[in-house]
Amino acid sequence: MEYFIELFLGGLTRGSIYALIALGYTMVYGIIQLINFAHGEIYMIGAFTALIVAGILSMLGWNPVAILIIASVIAVVYSASYGWTIEKLAYKPLRQAPRLSALISAIGMSMFLQYYVLLAQTSNFLPFPSLIPDFKFMEPIEHIVRSSEIVIYITTAIVMVFLTFLIKFTRIGKAMRATAQDRDMAMLVGIDVNKVISFTFIIGSATAAIGGVLVASHTGQINYYIGFIAGIKAFVAAVLGGIGSMPGAVLGSLVLGMSESFFTGYISSDYEDVFAFLFLVFTLIFRPSGILGRSDTDKV
Amino acid sequence: MMKRHFGKVLIVAVAALFMTLTVSGVGLADTIKLGVAGPHSGDLASYGIPTIKAAELVVKDINAKGGVLGKQVELIVEDDVCKPEVATNTATKLVGEGVNVVLGHICSGATKAALGIYKDSKIVVMSPSATNPALTQSGDYPNFYRTIASDDAQARLEVDFVLDILKVSKIAVLHDKGDYGKGLAEFVKGFLEADSRAEVVLYEGVTPGAVDYSAVVQKIKRKGADAVIFGGYHPEASKIVTLMRKKKIGIPFISDDGVKDDTFIKVAGKYAEGVYATGPMDVSSNPMAAAANAAHKAAYGEDPGAFFLNAYAAALALLNAIEQSGSTDYDAISKSLQTNLVDTPLGKIKFDNRGDATGVGFSMYRVQDGVYIELK
Repeated sequence: MEYFIELFLGGLTRGSIYALIALGYTMVYGIIQLINFAHGEIYMIGAFTALIVAGILSMLGWNPVAILIIASVIAVVYSASYGWTIEKLAYKPLRQAPRLSALISAIGMSMFLQYYVLLAQTSNFLPFPSLIPDFKFMEPIEHIVRSSEIVIYITTAIVMVFLTFLIKFTRIGKAMRATAQDRDMAMLVGIDVNKVISFTFIIGSATAAIGGVLVASHTGQINYYIGFIAGIKAFVAAVLGGIGSMPGAVLGSLVLGMSESFFTGYISSDYEDVFAFLFLVFTLIFRPSGILGRSDTDKV
Repeated sequence: MMKRHFGKVLIVAVAALFMTLTVSGVGLADTIKLGVAGPHSGDLASYGIPTIKAAELVVKDINAKGGVLGKQVELIVEDDVCKPEVATNTATKLVGEGVNVVLGHICSGATKAALGIYKDSKIVVMSPSATNPALTQSGDYPNFYRTIASDDAQARLEVDFVLDILKVSKIAVLHDKGDYGKGLAEFVKGFLEADSRAEVVLYEGVTPGAVDYSAVVQKIKRKGADAVIFGGYHPEASKIVTLMRKKKIGIPFISDDGVKDDTFIKVAGKYAEGVYATGPMDVSSNPMAAAANAAHKAAYGEDPGAFFLNAYAAALALLNAIEQSGSTDYDAISKSLQTNLVDTPLGKIKFDNRGDATGVGFSMYRVQDGVYIELK
């Protein structure tokens, strides 16, 4: 039973990590139907920014909690500005172009950012300090679930609730929903669609940066490629849950994380990815729009 | 008239010149011929050329000291471009030129293809670089020797270390699903299964780059493993070790050359302490290695390339075997290689009856205070 709980918690960790990234994916998709492949890179840039800031601050001898907060804030601001810039540079000019053009542009942006970091920083793995402290009260159960995992669970939950609240109950959220439903109509009723889309990218990138800082602090190492791998998995999770849906992204991430963890634990990690993707294929066969996806037909 | 015949005269003159050269070549036949085969052109030339240079340096040295058995040593260099189909021709050519021993070939595939031809002609072959285990272990090529450890040597060392020195029996074998990591892990598993003292409690591949390895780490604990042997590179190793230590799993972690890297220690930090990894033996303190490198630098103006020291050692071992046995006879050379120790840049070596050099290859290292220390 303890083994089951351990695997469950391991799956919860994986799922929460995927969810932090998948939320941004799914939000951008929900608004402009664009799969923003550069999202994983924003996550990676968030982690790098935090690493640099943390390096400087720890040299100055600050205490870890202060470093964690300041590094996260700077990473969030920096990544959000990246997200905003990417949208202006790579997607906005293509807004009237066929959807495929924007998708290719996104893939190009993803590669650009990866190799930019590779050249500007390094191709090596860098150690990332454990910014999340080991809490005293966690001591007795530290071998089952670590402090950093608890922080990841809680943060994911907060981010999900915050985003849901933002979209459902605020003015800008209403504008976002309107843009998602019908961009032209939203424009006609006086919504500044460009501003709404920029805002979406800023929020999406900010959540990715939070994910980057927490995950890097949990795994203890980063390099320029982490965003790609995590991004692909998060994308799968978003599709699994129903792309465009917030609760769907979280549910899809948890299902994916859990299934990987249990498959590894009870069967074998050799075919972990095979199993995860097989699961995706079967889900899509029976529910083409994902677990919680809206089943509206696209006019292609 | 004169002009018309000039061409013919020239041809005859040139032909005559060649004939005298050939005749004088035959006249000089009383040399020891050392064949050198490997890729000397093409993509993989950088693996083969350092061996020629090593041979040149060794031969120059030995000839200056009076040669072998009182005869000068002559180098016969042939290219095999690392291709098995070319290597058979290379071998035939070298045999035709009457080489006494061969230094080469470089690539395992080419070596394997050529060995049959040398075997039929009873010529001893020594490779500085062919690491395919079957070359020596299959027993098909009694004429083959090498001065590099075979691919499974690291696995052998890891298994021996775990069973004989750490004395634990329940072992979890993990790998990263890659060619290198999985290949090693398969050897490790094979050796463990062949040994009655050991039990492989877990054999699994992990996905490189995954965000979290806690499921596999919990599995190590659940299976009651006493040690983990990991085949792969340092990014995964550091994640797994860190997670194991944080989950209070303190069992030994043993890995390979891919982990014996300072980045591993930097990334895993305090959790790297006590981790074992195999790596090439440290020859930097060997004066002959330093001298050979210096001679290379002096002669060619650059630092030596791949397998230079292995080739240097092989050339010395071959020529020493001829000198010691007093003949170029196949059986005499073989016997000498297996009995007489020879001083080389890789240390004092001789060869076992399968053809692998003893005392060449890998050592176990352990992380202590942030550096890898070689365990003697």
